[in-house]
Amino acid sequence: MEKLLIKNGIVVDPFTDTQVKRDIYIENGLIKDIKKEFVGASGINVINADNLYVLPGLVDMHVHLREPGFEYKETIKTGMEAAIAGGFTSICCMPNSNPANDCKEVNSFIINKAKSFDLCNVFTIGAISRNNEGLNLANIGDLKHSGAVAISDDGMPVEDSSLMARALLYAKTFDMPVISHSEDIKLRGKGIINEGIISHKLGVNGIPSIAEEIAIFRDIKLAEYFGASLHIAHVSTKSSVELIKMAKNKRINITFETCPHYFSINEDSLLSYNTNAKMNPPLRTQEDVDAIKNALREGLFDVIASDHAPHSEDEKNTTLDEAPFGIIGLETSLALTLRLYHEKYLSMLDIANLMSYNPAKILKLQNRGAIVNGNIGDITIINPEKKWTYKKENIKSLSKNSPFINKSFKGAAMYAIINGKIFKL
Amino acid sequence: MDYAKKDLISINDLSKSDILYFIDTAKEFKKISLQDIKKVPTMRGKTILNLFFEPSTRTKTSFEIAQKRLSADTINLSISQSSVVKGESLSDTILNLQAMKPDAFVIRHYESGAPFFISNITNASVINAGDGINEHPTQCLLDIMTIFEHKKEIQSSKIAIIGDVFHSRVARSDIAGLSKLGAEIYLYGPQTLMPRFINSDNIKIAGSMVQAVKEADVIIMLRVQKERTAIYFIPSIEEYRTYFKLTDEILKLASKDVLILHPGPVNRDVEISGSIINSGRTAIFDQVENGIAIRMACLYILLGGRHS
Repeated sequence: MEKLLIKNGIVVDPFTDTQVKRDIYIENGLIKDIKKEFVGASGINVINADNLYVLPGLVDMHVHLREPGFEYKETIKTGMEAAIAGGFTSICCMPNSNPANDCKEVNSFIINKAKSFDLCNVFTIGAISRNNEGLNLANIGDLKHSGAVAISDDGMPVEDSSLMARALLYAKTFDMPVISHSEDIKLRGKGIINEGIISHKLGVNGIPSIAEEIAIFRDIKLAEYFGASLHIAHVSTKSSVELIKMAKNKRINITFETCPHYFSINEDSLLSYNTNAKMNPPLRTQEDVDAIKNALREGLFDVIASDHAPHSEDEKNTTLDEAPFGIIGLETSLALTLRLYHEKYLSMLDIANLMSYNPAKILKLQNRGAIVNGNIGDITIINPEKKWTYKKENIKSLSKNSPFINKSFKGAAMYAIINGKIFKL
Repeated sequence: MDYAKKDLISINDLSKSDILYFIDTAKEFKKISLQDIKKVPTMRGKTILNLFFEPSTRTKTSFEIAQKRLSADTINLSISQSSVVKGESLSDTILNLQAMKPDAFVIRHYESGAPFFISNITNASVINAGDGINEHPTQCLLDIMTIFEHKKEIQSSKIAIIGDVFHSRVARSDIAGLSKLGAEIYLYGPQTLMPRFINSDNIKIAGSMVQAVKEADVIIMLRVQKERTAIYFIPSIEEYRTYFKLTDEILKLASKDVLILHPGPVNRDVEISGSIINSGRTAIFDQVENGIAIRMACLYILLGGRHS
């Protein structure tokens, strides 16, 4: 069977909290041995990882694959290809497809289709409410038993606090984490970008930062009161960071995620009515960006996820008002995060925690997220010094809606090893 | 043995020995229902008003039969044809009826605390025949009576109560009554339907159906109402059936001579497999039979025993 030796890399393992030079031997898709020097027999594939960082396979727990329903934006297959290109070995897809992933039939369709490709791992996130409409609970037990790892109404925030409360309780019955897109949707109203000087300058409706903060506060309170496990997606503001501090101080069972765009660029990116910088939550002020970066340095965040949200060029080629929210991120997520490594906000171990160990732990992905014997052979090998430019023609995702096209980066994944299978990047 | 209170509103008002006294008395009354002529003159000349503000088959019929077998004069007030629909307040209704000198009110009400409220404004005895999501004390007593017919001890036995505990007055009364008798109680159902504030060591919320049922001596299944789907408590009846139904297979984990109870009405193949009922493995009909005896005993203790 398949035998693989990753030689001489700097192994970054969040589980043991270590970063040391090791050889890793993978056989039949599983990590078999980790030692200083592995003297192998013949018939073994060898990857020379001199000066490279070897991390547990990166997990992006917040991705929108657009199949079924919007295959012109992204298919399960193109999404998986984009994930691998970005160094991810596992991705988790949100349920807002059409039909929504709110039942075992859709859930099984996605899982089976993904399995048929032999690319990366795809885990599904089922809906909280039927058709993400916020009116009735989805069959959450069925979603769990057909393989979903969490539930969320991402993109369609649960407005009704009583529905959210019961979703937390009901999901607890099935030991299912709930992921909240925390937003007061009525307060967002017709807003399309951050409310502030830029929205005033452009003459467009703004989304006040409090639309996020009020909802995060509500969700923290719900999780605290019901003792349920909750994950807050895509945090973007300075005051939200204060709320995270409060929740962490009170040791509430709640985890927080941010996305690379919130610590990389600010609302100035929208000055030219650039629809590829329109997403929800919106890009905020530099003060917010700095707060997110500092929060990452302080270890307040648990997860960095891309919120990869593909939309076709035609859909984005319009006014700021009409263009849909969302940008792709799978292929830039690691590189943007490595900027924080170079700026000394994050260590390689931090990155392994934020992009692999913690998401695997939150979603209870068995035997992933750490480099230990017996774990699944999911590995991402990173060269933090590699210089490259993000070119539109090289994008694997079917959609090209990124504000980072033509930007130069330092740092990239060189290999994604998925269930022991090598993808050279 | 004596019971001095005028009313039966809550199981919490009864001591352990009160409970046993009610059940011992019911055992005697059970014999009457087995006679050829099922009537005794014990409560001749007593007037009892049955006020059912909510639909009921078992409880209403059971109380009425109990009263008739004790020779009481029984009046059933049909609330839908009463002054209540004209807007008369609950207290006015009771005060007017009180003026007619009844000896007891049997109250079923959709609001928790209604029988308690009534008991404070009337001299007549008040028996709670089920109030809102609060209590159903006679159901608890008949459940305990049925358990004692099959089991020597309740002390330290494992009793699983499964289903919509939160909205169940039967569960609230059973938990209180069985706790007084020393049972180890395991509750199970969707977390949305579990009580959230429990301050007693003998009551546990099970982590799974298996944990609840495993080696249980008694399983009390509760009805789940379709209406609960509308307000987010459960996603659908289909899902409830898949994950919270008592099946033959799960039942194998229980103790060999497990006793299965259900207060009715049963949703077959929603909370319990029809086959479990069909195969005669439940004591549902014993419960109904004992219900009459318990209600006779309650009336006797509250009215007859004290006054005659």
